[in-house]
Amino acid sequence: MARVRVEYFAVLREHAGCSHEQVETQAATVRALFEELEARHGFPRLPSLKVAVNAEFCGWERPLSDGDTVVFIPPVAGG
Amino acid sequence: MLDEARLSASLDDPSCGALVVFQGRVRNHNEGRRVLRLEYEAYEALAQKEGDRILGEALERFSIVHAACVHRLGSLSLGDAAVWAGVSAHHRGDAFAACRYIIDEVKARVPIWKKEFYADGESGWVNCQVR
Repeated sequence: MARVRVEYFAVLREHAGCSHEQVETQAATVRALFEELEARHGFPRLPSLKVAVNAEFCGWERPLSDGDTVVFIPPVAGG
Repeated sequence: MLDEARLSASLDDPSCGALVVFQGRVRNHNEGRRVLRLEYEAYEALAQKEGDRILGEALERFSIVHAACVHRLGSLSLGDAAVWAGVSAHHRGDAFAACRYIIDEVKARVPIWKKEFYADGESGWVNCQVR
């Protein structure tokens, strides 16, 4: 069980209905956490998705720790 | 608004014969649709870090002296400057190449998102069309 903060942006924020939430999860990895939240919030299937933990890009198999801040990153479109 | 004069001045160096500046502006069309305005949003903590990394890479990979990049957030109108990237160097070759590198990498990597508002009343997040 990990207590993590999840922040949402752009299209994911619109589907989640909030910009952030505290989540208590049994998910062991970032991927598992996403699957849990995708089901809960009904996220759309996006062309690609990245993830960051504690403001650094990471892989989907990264283990979750208590206190982590997780951000799922939809396809970027700056500039 | 971006203070472009101040940004350019921050790149001044008496050794530099070249200053290259790129300005990305809000245009009135995208993929065949008429655009009225844009909104930009960012994961600021990571965007700042990744932007700094990109500038560091440019300074390392090209023979340049100074580099800077600024991206505006929030609601922008047609013609507004959304992003500014500038490079100063002794010579123009690497100045042009480094400036191109910076804007290309920013567009590919930095967690900033763009919502377009169309003339037909619809809106959408760019690159996020549902599969």
